[in-house]
This record gives sequence, structure tokens and C-alpha cells, in this order.
Amino acid sequence: MCGIVGLFLKDKALEPKLGAMLSEMLICLTDRGPDSAGIAIYGAATGNEAKITVQSPKPDRDFRGLDAELAKAIGAPVSVAVKSTHAVIRTTPDKVDTAREALQTLRPDIRIMGAGEAVEIYKEVGLPEAVVDRFDVRSMTGTHGIGHTRMATESAVTTMGAHPFSTGADQCLVHNGSLSNHNNVRRELVRDGMKFETENDTEVAAAYLSNRMAHGKNLGEALEGTLSDLDGFFTFVVGTKNGFGVVRDPIACKPAVMAETDQYVAFGSEYRALTKLPGIDNARVWEPEPATVYFWEH
Amino acid sequence: MPANTMSKAERDQGHARVFDLSQHSLRELNQALHKLTPGSNETAWEVLHPKGSHSVAVGVDQPVSIDVRGSVGYYCAGMNDGATITVHGSAGPGVGENMMSGSIVIKGDASQYAGATGRGGLLVIEGNASSRCGISMKGIDIVVHGNIGHMSAFMAQSGNLVVLGDAGDALGDSIYEARLFVRGKVESLGADCIAKEMRPEHLELVQGLLDKAGVTGVKASEFKRYGSARKLYNFNIDNADAY
Repeated sequence: MCGIVGLFLKDKALEPKLGAMLSEMLICLTDRGPDSAGIAIYGAATGNEAKITVQSPKPDRDFRGLDAELAKAIGAPVSVAVKSTHAVIRTTPDKVDTAREALQTLRPDIRIMGAGEAVEIYKEVGLPEAVVDRFDVRSMTGTHGIGHTRMATESAVTTMGAHPFSTGADQCLVHNGSLSNHNNVRRELVRDGMKFETENDTEVAAAYLSNRMAHGKNLGEALEGTLSDLDGFFTFVVGTKNGFGVVRDPIACKPAVMAETDQYVAFGSEYRALTKLPGIDNARVWEPEPATVYFWEH
Repeated sequence: MPANTMSKAERDQGHARVFDLSQHSLRELNQALHKLTPGSNETAWEVLHPKGSHSVAVGVDQPVSIDVRGSVGYYCAGMNDGATITVHGSAGPGVGENMMSGSIVIKGDASQYAGATGRGGLLVIEGNASSRCGISMKGIDIVVHGNIGHMSAFMAQSGNLVVLGDAGDALGDSIYEARLFVRGKVESLGADCIAKEMRPEHLELVQGLLDKAGVTGVKASEFKRYGSARKLYNFNIDNADAY
């Protein structure tokens, strides 16, 4: 099972409601995956600020005084906004890599959920509603976002096993399905220098995309590659700085429904996730074709 | 007419029992339908606000008519035995799964495995059906006004699948004795499925199904027939390496 949602806004007037709309969509699919949930929200990129979303098993200890220590270590201004077990670290775009390295020394228990100019990623064990409440997702503004609720099959129910998985700057992936060749692909990627946190199959898909892009492919080409290199069942939704993409394996037994109006493009594992969206009764609703890469971008 | 524009008086006049899924649970609806007995006067039902719910009107075994006003999720009208069920919207995966008799009409599109394992009755999809339409069908008749997706009629045993549009990859893979009629293009045929001659009895059969499905302006002669080459029925020693 697992449930996926995605929402890409065309109408700026809806942007203050993005978090609320995406939250409702995800909660609707709770019975597709009650183990853990996650959401990636994209705010408008300003160009002069970068965000690193981090998670800690001991937020009180790890986030206290982090802004000053990190600012000193990287020699640039840093702000830290704590939300439950997560924190969003803001700094200048040129200092992101330095900050990631510094965090490893300053706070070895911290895990990086994702980084970029626009994205914030929140994920935890628990029901979608609990996760949405914990991170106050409903109040979040943004241009687009993706979410996932997990029924674990391939690895343990942990925060790091939850989706979305980061695939690069401002990129992340959610997955419904299961990959059968993830151990082999992981071994090949490890040989090529990729690092893994979990035994999870989706983390392998995320690392596969990052790796292909590091070898010069664009995201569309990397997604095309999943059709031949990944064996198993998948509907993937990827978030990018400007929008989102969808691809389903050639067998396409993992469900997917899309809806488009003048105001938005929406994705749901099931139609019921879309039923509360404005104007849904007159939306164009369709099922994405198997083995076909789709993109919507601003 | 959209249900929400109907007045209560208009509904009462039609004698339909109206069931609003925004007010009542799905279980209440299905239990009420299952309690129907032969000769019941409650022959017309209307279901409002389905909002993609799963299993709407499954297992109905009385000849009542049910109008569902909106789109449904998984397994709508499954195991139908005698009811006339119309979905005024689109249907999720597995609509009409294992239908025994009666009819189901989907005004919009149907998701994957529509009519799977159906043993009888008529399933009409006025939009498109996606992958695996009619998989393992065992006597059901399916008429699709639009296109069907890949792997449709996989291991189809008997019954008729009539498609006014195109068929996706691997149509009729490992088919037994079901008859497939496609008016448009077939992306590819599955293992042991071949094109066959349209004989007079097939023209008559297709015309009869088009009439039953309310299709006008389309001639039976515009369809091509596909069926089993019957080469996979028995063990062939030449295929031993494949096991």
C-alpha cells in the first residue's frame, strides 16, 4: 500500500493554503499507510537564502545554541527555527556544503532531511494527522508540495525510513510500491561512492536519481532510467524546486490519479484524496500512463 | 440531473430511496442493500456524495436500480447479482469485480482491472478503462466506449469484450475462450492471442452488445475479432526449457 499526494499551485491566491490542502489530502489516505508520514513543502526561493532541514532524536540537546555555534564554524549568519524533532537552518546559499560538514562534527546525531533554497522536509513515525499536527504543516505557505503515508514492507518503521527522501538540492522522492533489486542497486551505488542511512528500498531509488544526476543526467533522464534499472513496483512522485514529476513502472499496478484545473495540478494515490480540493467536480481527472515521465513546472 | 440540485419533493416523487454518504456510513448503505428481499418495493436507490469511497454497493443480489452521483473508489458494485448500477462519475480499481448478473454503467472512466473475473451481466464503461480490463473474465460482457489499457483480457476465459477505441499492449495474453472485439488499433497482442475472422454470428453478437450498451452510430462491421490460438492449452515438449 502506501499513499502519495502532490499539489502544484498555479493560482497564487491558494499559496497560503498549501499546507492545509496538502494535509487534508494526506490524512484522507491514512488507511493506506499508518506507520509513518512525511511532507515536503516548497516555498518561493529568494536566491539569497538556503535552508537545511535537520532532524534529531534529542532536539532539546542538539538544537540548543546551534545557531551561534554553526555561524561561528562557517563564518556566516545562521538562524535555526525548531519544529518538534526537526529544525530548519537558514544561511547563505554558498555556505550549505560547509554547514553540512560542520554539522557532522558539531551535532553527530543530527540527520539531514533535505536542503535547498525552497524545500523543507518533515517526516516522522505516526499517523499522518499526528505528523501534520507535530510540524504544524497546515499553517505552511508554499507553491507546491508532496506527501507520503507509509505502510512499511521493505525496512523498519523509523524516522529515517519514512518518506520523502532527499535526492539532491531542492529535490525529493516519495514512493508507493516495493523494489526487488534494491540490494544489488545499493551495492553498485556504494561502489560509486553513495552513502546510505537505512536498508530501505526507496532510499536506493533516491540515491539512484542523485547518482545519475551527478553523472550529468537531468532529472527527466534520471527518471527514465528508473524504468530500466529498477525492478519492482513503483509510482514515484518527485518534488523539484519548480514543480513535481510523476513516473509509474510499466506494469503500473500501484494506483495514481491526477486532477488539473486553472488553479492547480494535483496527484493522489486515490481519487478520494482529491475530493476536498476546490473545483474538483469540474477538474480534468485522469490516470497517468505507465512508463511515462510527467512534469509540471512553474 | 446532478443530485444536489434536486429538491426533496422531486426525490420523493421519483420514489428513490436517497442515501447520502456524507451523512451515513458506507456500511449502513451496504447493509441496507443487503437486507433487500425478493419483491421489495424499494427498487430505486440514489447514493449521494460518494467522494471516492471504496466498495460502494458491493454484493447487491436483488434486481434494484442504484444511481451513484459522483466518483467512486475501489471495488464499486463488486459481485453484483442482478442490480442495475449506474455511476455518474468515474470508478477506481476493480469496478464490477466478479459480477454475476445485472448491469453496471460507468459514465466516466474506469481504473485498472474493471470487470475482473466477472461471470455474467453487462459492464459498460462510457469513458476509458485503464490496464487489465476484463482480466480473467469468465462470462461477463464488457463494452468500453473509449480505450483500454495494457494487459486487458489477460487469461480471459469466456464472455465478450467490445472496445470502441484502442487497446494497449499485450491484449488477451494467455487467453482461453473469451472473444475480444476492438474497433481501433491494438498496440500489441499477448501470447497466444491472434486476430480472427468476423463471421456473421460475430457481427450479430457485437451488434446485440452495442444495442444493449446504448451505442449508436457504430457498426459491428467496424470491429476486428481477437481470440485464442489455443497453442498454450496443452503441454508442448518444445517448451520444456521454459519451465
